[in-house]
Amino acid sequence: MNPIQQRRQEYRSLFKQNVAKRLLVDKVVKIIVFSCVIIAIIPLGSILIEVFKNGLTAISIEFLTETPGSAGSGEGGIGPAIQGTLIIIGLSSIIGVPIGVMSGVFLSEYGDNALARFIRFFNDVFMEFPSIILGIFAFLIIVLVLGHFSVWAGAFALSLIMFPIVARTTEESLKMVPMTYREAGTALGLKKWVITFRIVISAAKSGMITGILLSVSRIGGETAPLIMTVLGSSQFFSSMDTPMDALPLRIWRLSLLPYDSAQLQGWGAALVLIMIILGINLGVRYYFTNKKNGFFGQLIKQRKKITK
Amino acid sequence: MDKVISNLKKRRVISDKVFKIGATVAGTYVLVIVVLIAFQLMSESYPIWEKEGLSFITKTDWNAVEDRESFGALPYILGTLTTSAIAMMIGVPLSIGIAMFISDAPPKIGAPLGFLVELLAAVPSVIYGLWGLFVFRVYFRDWIETPLHDVFGDNIWLFSGNPYGLDILTASVILAIMIIPTVSAVSREIMKAVPQQQKEAAYMLGATKWEMFKLAIFPYSKTGLIGASILGLGRAVGETMAVTMLIGNATGIGAIPSSLFGPSQTMSSIIANEFVEASPASIHMPALIGIGLILLLIAIVINVIAHLLVTRMLKIKEGAINN
Amino acid sequence: MTTLTIKPINMESSPVAAPERRTPIDVSKYKMVAENVTVSYGGIDAVRNVTMKFKENSVTALIGPSGCGKTTFLRCLNRMHDMTKNAKVTGKVMIDDIDLYSKEIDPIYHRRKVGMVFQKPNPFPTMSVYDNVTAGLRLNGIRDKRILDEIVEDSLKMAYLWDEVKNDLKKSAIELSGGQQQRLCIARALAIQPEVLLMDEPASALDPIATQKIEETIIELKKDYTIIIVTHNMQQAIRVSDYTGFMYLGDLVEFGETKKLFTDPKDELTAKYVQGHFG
Repeated sequence: MNPIQQRRQEYRSLFKQNVAKRLLVDKVVKIIVFSCVIIAIIPLGSILIEVFKNGLTAISIEFLTETPGSAGSGEGGIGPAIQGTLIIIGLSSIIGVPIGVMSGVFLSEYGDNALARFIRFFNDVFMEFPSIILGIFAFLIIVLVLGHFSVWAGAFALSLIMFPIVARTTEESLKMVPMTYREAGTALGLKKWVITFRIVISAAKSGMITGILLSVSRIGGETAPLIMTVLGSSQFFSSMDTPMDALPLRIWRLSLLPYDSAQLQGWGAALVLIMIILGINLGVRYYFTNKKNGFFGQLIKQRKKITK
Repeated sequence: MDKVISNLKKRRVISDKVFKIGATVAGTYVLVIVVLIAFQLMSESYPIWEKEGLSFITKTDWNAVEDRESFGALPYILGTLTTSAIAMMIGVPLSIGIAMFISDAPPKIGAPLGFLVELLAAVPSVIYGLWGLFVFRVYFRDWIETPLHDVFGDNIWLFSGNPYGLDILTASVILAIMIIPTVSAVSREIMKAVPQQQKEAAYMLGATKWEMFKLAIFPYSKTGLIGASILGLGRAVGETMAVTMLIGNATGIGAIPSSLFGPSQTMSSIIANEFVEASPASIHMPALIGIGLILLLIAIVINVIAHLLVTRMLKIKEGAINN
Repeated sequence: MTTLTIKPINMESSPVAAPERRTPIDVSKYKMVAENVTVSYGGIDAVRNVTMKFKENSVTALIGPSGCGKTTFLRCLNRMHDMTKNAKVTGKVMIDDIDLYSKEIDPIYHRRKVGMVFQKPNPFPTMSVYDNVTAGLRLNGIRDKRILDEIVEDSLKMAYLWDEVKNDLKKSAIELSGGQQQRLCIARALAIQPEVLLMDEPASALDPIATQKIEETIIELKKDYTIIIVTHNMQQAIRVSDYTGFMYLGDLVEFGETKKLFTDPKDELTAKYVQGHFG
């Protein structure tokens, strides 16, 4: 062995026999990160289990259709709350979806300039506004002005949560449509708005609908903006200018009461709300699942867009 | 014939122009809204700023009684910052661990687990509050808070105060759970953005998986991971319902965070609790709106910083190490 | 990357998959032996039943058109495919009597004997020149600054980079030019005292002057290391290598001394490739 090789052998002998230790550390880290996942999933499991376990006992036809009884009596139901939730998410969608879609169209089809970058940035910032601030805003410009609580105010507040999400998911869905579709439309002599609606949006349909439905499920669970806009009520919907109940509000109010029966009704309401939300979430996924990336992969991708 | 064609062309151009204008208006809607919100919050809270000036931010009174009205936002600012900071301290390490696991696990395991973690984000805040109130709080108080108090209560001020379960720590832990989906999802994107060649270089040197993280992934994605954590902080700051239901609802000086087991109040929770009760004639509502303004400013600053860190990291990936 | 569209003209000389080796190879004569290596991704074979033997202190070039499997094969030699999710590797890779793929041995320890330099320079961007070179050493538990300094100087000298960086070893790695970065990567691979060096088109991302430096480095390194280099540049193969293997669509078509393979190839397909009929 020449001196160079000898030196190398010396170096090699310096390498500590630490491979076993390194592999052990690696294994420990693997266990730790796996535990992190388990720690995160346990609350999810517990929440779902408790909601179903406790809520199921409260569910009955009366519960789902009657107005609340007197506090603590254990009678009555959450009929108005269910009705209210359905009304408010419907109205919010009517307001928020068109704006969101057109906004997304703007960002995607006309979005290659400074204004669009500016708007995109503001959109992202706006998405992070605390929802209670949006409730205050709706209160100030609608409730205060009208002089009373209003369903419009609630729908407006929720629409403010919806439209940036819809704008973002619409933009991304439209961007995924290849330019060649648009070029084909232009070659056929079609107007741009026709191309956008008939061709591009058609192609991006499933992504857009997914985004819209996910944002609907998001606002279905929102409470804070409704507190100072629709206030909550024990009556069914009577007019746009009176307070209205909604599931999240009812759950909150029930949780504040010191009676076991109220607590039980709270679980029942929570069950109904979770069913609606999970139903939309999983249903949308299942219906629009893309074979590529698999069922879960697509879900995660779309979910991330909503929660980001 | 030429006239017909040129008329058709004009009409096409007009309808497209209308479309473009409509889309642009829709796009600028968000700008208008943001400006309006800022304006409304500032003008409607003006009375409290006029009365207290900037000391509104440092005062700790909270008295809504007529003729003796006095309001200070400090306890709630501290409450928000404390709960969010603790939520970050608990939630961020968990989220990074989750991101590490899922980015490395085979898709068959990683995808379903990732989905379940994401599902945490679908649960409404009020249901977190409900579960926290009637399930989590009981176990947490008996198995964690009370033992901690018994052992450390006399020595460490953090653990003083008899734990009833409706306190800063409980609220913070629930907040931590709530920010996990966001932070882990963004962290995962950031880790995925590390170029494959970096990981291969570490692997070539004989690194174990963990060593590869230390050598190739973490140094490269450090900025982005910090951004992801701050994004989680931003989420925590804006959270309302779960915190309201678990934080014990103290007001005034009593709301200043003094121990982990003491009740407190955050900016969003005081608004949620008192807004509907506040008489518009008094200065109570402007005080609450003023708190909302402070909350909004804090939330915006945190989120802008987070965004910059994250997008800067993801942009670096694009122009990687090319000479 | 152009995909091959020309079909070989003479079907008789098309490569047939090498039969399973029956007579055992005398591994003592060679530094590294790859035996019946097959790599498949999701059912499709990228490398099919390839057997190659590498003599100590030689340079072997792997040539072939894009997509022929030469890089995939190279990456088998240090188990790089462990990192790829869908890859399945069968066969043996022996280095000094030890099969890297056998279940009994610890891959981390033995994989260290095989260093790798990649196509695009990939130094760790957050680390200095010094830290890049010592990265592998620190993993193996060497902390003594004296020794680290020694090995850093030794490795950088072997990579022909020492003179250019010796005055500022704390400089960030990404401040170096492309050619310098690649030589840094060579130094980094050499620092862990491997015995075999794998190079995957190491000069393809570099300018001609940097390429020349790299080639000079390779010829110098041959004295102490066994080198296997993948290249799409036939002139480079001729300049630096002693042996050459020609691969086509996953099979090893021909393997032999470089001079002979290029001037008088045995296989007609090889002849067509080296004469530039396809690529």
